[in-house]
Amino acid sequence: MRRLPVLLAALLTISAAPPPMVDAARLVDETPAPTLSAYRLFVDRGARQPAPGVTRYTLNTPLFSDYAEKFRFAFLPAGTSAQYTAAGVLDFPIGTALVKTFAYPADFRRPDADVRFIETRLLVRRATGWVPLSYVWNAGQTEALLKRAGSRVAVDFIDATGRSRTIDYAVPNTNQCKQCHQQGGDVTPIGPTAGNLNDGHQLAEWAALGRLAGLPAEPPRLPRWDDGSAPVADRARAYLDVNCGHCHSRSGLASNSGLYLRFSETGAAAQGIFKRPVAAGRGSGGLSFAIVPGDPDASIIVHRMASNEPGVMMPQFGRSLPHAEGVALVRAYIAAMPPGTAPQY
Amino acid sequence: MHKLPCLGSAPPLSAPLSSAPLLSTPLPSTTLSSITLIAVALMAAAPAQARVLVVQPGADAQERLQTALIDAKTGDTVRLSAGRFALGDGLSLDVAGVTVAGAGPGRTILDFTGQKGEGEGLLITASNVLVRDLAVENARGNGIKSKGSDGISFVNLRVEWTGGPKASNGAYGVYPVASQHVLIDRVFVRGASDAGIYVGQSQQIIVRGNRAEGNVAGIEIENSYYADVHDNVATGNTGGILVFDLPDLPQQGGHGVRLFHNQVVANNLPNFAGKGNIVASVPPGTGVMVMANRDIHVFDNDIGGNNGNGVMIVAYPRSFTDVNYNPLPRAIMVRDNRYAGNGGKPAFPGGVEIAGALGGTLPPVMWDGVTGYTIPGGGGATADAGVMVSDGPMVNLNLKMQGAPPTAAQPALAAKATATLPEPPLVVLPAAQEARAARTAAR
Repeated sequence: MRRLPVLLAALLTISAAPPPMVDAARLVDETPAPTLSAYRLFVDRGARQPAPGVTRYTLNTPLFSDYAEKFRFAFLPAGTSAQYTAAGVLDFPIGTALVKTFAYPADFRRPDADVRFIETRLLVRRATGWVPLSYVWNAGQTEALLKRAGSRVAVDFIDATGRSRTIDYAVPNTNQCKQCHQQGGDVTPIGPTAGNLNDGHQLAEWAALGRLAGLPAEPPRLPRWDDGSAPVADRARAYLDVNCGHCHSRSGLASNSGLYLRFSETGAAAQGIFKRPVAAGRGSGGLSFAIVPGDPDASIIVHRMASNEPGVMMPQFGRSLPHAEGVALVRAYIAAMPPGTAPQY
Repeated sequence: MHKLPCLGSAPPLSAPLSSAPLLSTPLPSTTLSSITLIAVALMAAAPAQARVLVVQPGADAQERLQTALIDAKTGDTVRLSAGRFALGDGLSLDVAGVTVAGAGPGRTILDFTGQKGEGEGLLITASNVLVRDLAVENARGNGIKSKGSDGISFVNLRVEWTGGPKASNGAYGVYPVASQHVLIDRVFVRGASDAGIYVGQSQQIIVRGNRAEGNVAGIEIENSYYADVHDNVATGNTGGILVFDLPDLPQQGGHGVRLFHNQVVANNLPNFAGKGNIVASVPPGTGVMVMANRDIHVFDNDIGGNNGNGVMIVAYPRSFTDVNYNPLPRAIMVRDNRYAGNGGKPAFPGGVEIAGALGGTLPPVMWDGVTGYTIPGGGGATADAGVMVSDGPMVNLNLKMQGAPPTAAQPALAAKATATLPEPPLVVLPAAQEARAARTAAR
């Protein structure tokens, strides 16, 4: 999957070659380009090949988005580097573009064949802050057009088990981008934290290329949610961090809930353990606590993750299917918790 | 059913409309001048040329309306024409200083019956926003929510679940949270499976002239500071008007709420809230309910026909682990209310027995008599001020300690209080916010 040698070669080439072909000025222009191609982030019309200076990266634990494959890239202006931060996302320089394409292979048993791009999302760091943009691919897969008000796209695919599936894929509108990406008053990326980028070599490669400064010898490492060798609680909490923790943080959209699902949270009630719902309404499903240790069936968090119904389902948007594997992981995490002491009244 | 016809206003799918779905229409000069004057007078930060973005119902309403809500700039009005907007997803507004105005709550209808995503019909995450003169129907989650807004006004709205009270209805009709300078004025809410009008973790709040019926809670003020709730009608709900304070939240220690000039009548609806939510514990037949909080004044209301308590004052009844939380109601003043026909058929555990011991009917006011609690981790605390009821009569259940079961009640009629408590200050919203909300709806 990773085409690191190619990328490395490309990056090494540009250090001594003509300026990168990405239109860095267009990226930070106050008016977004109507087409993705205008930024020249890719060398081909179908955006399969990144331009020089555009680096593919991966995350240990990604956001679930209706099983979409995601191709992530970072573009940093020539001569700049991101600054390492131990908590939160890396401090990327102005002019950075984080690029993420959402795609579906026709058949997940052959993931590299017949891959249909649905949308490509950009987070661009202008001088005034990060700006989210979404470009939706045309049927011919030759161009992606700016879409600010969101859209629904019918997507058919055969899943990894051979089952035929149809989803009503939702392209987020600009406000929805911000609903997840806003912390306090600022829009911020979510994925590229040191911990989530740290797969053992990716951060070191960025540092070696001069794109990351201040990398310590032992940066934190967020577990892979699907790494069977890691403790289930760590994997589940990494999953909840990435899938829920952007809203369910102390400065996110769900700050008023009192339920905080960041990996770094330590308080039992804040993590949901014997925490009562506040404004869940019918989302509680008739259950009394976000998490009842040892009892996933009695835990609201499982009920809402498994639901597909607006007003009940969590996350509130960004998926139309439940993530069976994610639900199973969180169920296992709760089932393995020592029962603890339930409130007496 | 509020099945309005399209009022003949749905536009034909003409080429101009589909190619330029958002019409930026200059107003007639008379209207324009008045609006411009108001805009200039009230919104110093607004650009000189406030625009009106007109959105019609019809095909692609979702995208056209959401586009307008994204395109609007400070000072602009997004005007929704009369008719029914069929919406498949939640809407959101994140631009400060925008007005979203319909042609009236019976004429402009945002219909979320087919909603496929999002937790609200309309989510507002910006300050100085006014939503007025429209209806939200059958939102799958909440009707209209604001989060983190400073200066948020909901005026002349209808938020309704048209199938009647159902557990599958959305939770809240109008739902400002973590907001300040909140105005909820002339809003009609029916069918919410939690609270029709819910103000959470907010400050400086006015809730006036609204009508809440057929919800679990009619109006609920929760974990909030300084609210004037007056001249509302709460009827046909499970509980009429609630003032709650809950633990484990970023803002708690609710205080400074005045409930006055309200009609709190016949709130006897069976509770249809999802279990686990605090309002699921509200017994049918509750007029006014104060849970925890301090400096709450209930006066000059008409409270009648509620089969349980006209006014119920209780401690937070559940165990909690938050050391910063005080579960006791403190400095509660109840005076000069008019009571009639309350307490004839209490539905809470032990209610019938208590009523029986007191001659068959509950007195209009009931206090659980909890004056102490155990601080999580150790130590005890007591209420630092009392419950003053000068109208009544009031029954005191004398439960003493937070968490005591209802079976421990030792009900006794309490003497009427003669002292008074200092009243919370009048809530005054910024003059610009009030003036903007008072402007006559444009047609």
